[in-house]
Amino acid sequence: MPLSKRGHKKGLIEMKIGVIGIGITKFGEVWGEGLRELLLDAQLRALNDAKITPKQIDSLYTGNMTGGILSGQLHIGAMAAENLNLDKPSIRVEAACASGSLAIRQSIEAIESGAADIVMASGVEKMTDVSVEQVTTALMGAGDEELEGFHGLTFPGLYALLANAYMNNYKLTREILAEVSVKNHFHGARNSYAQFQNEINIDTVLNSTMVADPLTLFDCSPITDGAASIILASEKTAKKLGAEVYITGSGLATDALSLARRDSLLEIKAGRLAAASAYKQAGITPKDIDFAEVHDCFSIAEIYAVEALGLAKQGEGWKLYKEKQTYCDADSPVNTSGGLKACGHPVAATGIKQAVEAVTQLRGAGAKRQVKGAEIGVTHNVGGSGATATVHVFRKMK
Amino acid sequence: MFRDSPIIRWRHYNDRYRLVGYRCTKCEKAYLDKKGMCTCGNLDFTEQEFSGVGKIVAYTQIHSGPEVFESKSPYCVAVIDLKEGARIEAQVVDCRYSDLKQGLEVEAVFRKFYTSGEKGVIHYGTKFVPKY
Repeated sequence: MPLSKRGHKKGLIEMKIGVIGIGITKFGEVWGEGLRELLLDAQLRALNDAKITPKQIDSLYTGNMTGGILSGQLHIGAMAAENLNLDKPSIRVEAACASGSLAIRQSIEAIESGAADIVMASGVEKMTDVSVEQVTTALMGAGDEELEGFHGLTFPGLYALLANAYMNNYKLTREILAEVSVKNHFHGARNSYAQFQNEINIDTVLNSTMVADPLTLFDCSPITDGAASIILASEKTAKKLGAEVYITGSGLATDALSLARRDSLLEIKAGRLAAASAYKQAGITPKDIDFAEVHDCFSIAEIYAVEALGLAKQGEGWKLYKEKQTYCDADSPVNTSGGLKACGHPVAATGIKQAVEAVTQLRGAGAKRQVKGAEIGVTHNVGGSGATATVHVFRKMK
Repeated sequence: MFRDSPIIRWRHYNDRYRLVGYRCTKCEKAYLDKKGMCTCGNLDFTEQEFSGVGKIVAYTQIHSGPEVFESKSPYCVAVIDLKEGARIEAQVVDCRYSDLKQGLEVEAVFRKFYTSGEKGVIHYGTKFVPKY
């Protein structure tokens, strides 16, 4: 039965895809390395963690968004296989900033279908070789070029429209919105591969340069180079290899490319739909979630994300930030990696980084940002301003 | 690259120059630029001329634009509900950002967007101004 149709009774685990290896590069301005080197670094780290050889991999899925525009390099699928001296099936997948989690989703489908037993999912992005304006233009490819890009919309602009719509309808204040970035920098300061490892305060956010009103520079995720890889395996193989963490739910949903063609500006519907299908498959409810890694490309996006995941009702997500509930030692930890804001946002690597962080937490290896007793974590990755969303449920199993 | 092409813009003369779009023959939903199926599932549309009058639903001021709009920064953009029913995104000009609010009435004006490419092709389209 196709993944999307497989619901089952609560508490009964139907899908178990084992995570046998994770690898991530340092995120940041990595001027000395190109697409190929970044990807290879993450791939080798994941292989080392899995303690397997490249030849044991049956197929590869690699997310990449801007290689064609910013590096003149497409055909990343073949590159990923060539890096490991493999001639196996290797496919590049793309859904803008959700490309990484799409690679995970495709890997799960490959294993579930029986076509593969061990699959490597990676994400890589090289963004700092060119000017900010060129990156801004390239990223706008995630929106609707003819209905939004032509009119001068930018990604910060789209999320600023959402922020103003939300603040006009709900009681979110500018100061509470800043708490999202403050908390993410707090976590980033405790993550050795984060781009920014410094703490900030509300004034840092409020006094920084305006990008698109009301969003300032510190409401925006940075431009980042980086790559991450995760190796997945069937339950049987994963058990044999001693995997501790399994993916038990996968949800993917889509919506109109442009904001104007969506049903509402007050929610990101694809996120809610992806969460619902992932939770149904995993047999969990939002109350079962110990922590979440969500898509905070902008501070306001994290508020929409916690609402899409059901951690708060629509219009009330900001309360979690007012009450400081999303820190790693609080009730609803969100983005212990530092999120896109502090950890960095190499767009297609982000979805894999979220999975790497979820696995790190569930292995109990989160060090100073560890969520105590974490057993279930979810990842939430968004493409564009909400045209693609994926949600995955990760679970620790003895 | 694509933003230099005059052909892409030529395909949009109807909706961007004349404000002529489509209305679904079944559920009557209006679109200024429709390609693909209506949200009701229908694929039949009749031509719909828009008056260019609408109301602001959401707005922002962009301070850091893409390459072709870099020199125009900061500029205002809004989500606008047109009187005839279509929802669009467009720039709002000839006003201060502080003038913008939810529900503000705006009307369409024909404006230059940018000049691009080696041949200096000028791209035009529709922007909006507050209706006084």
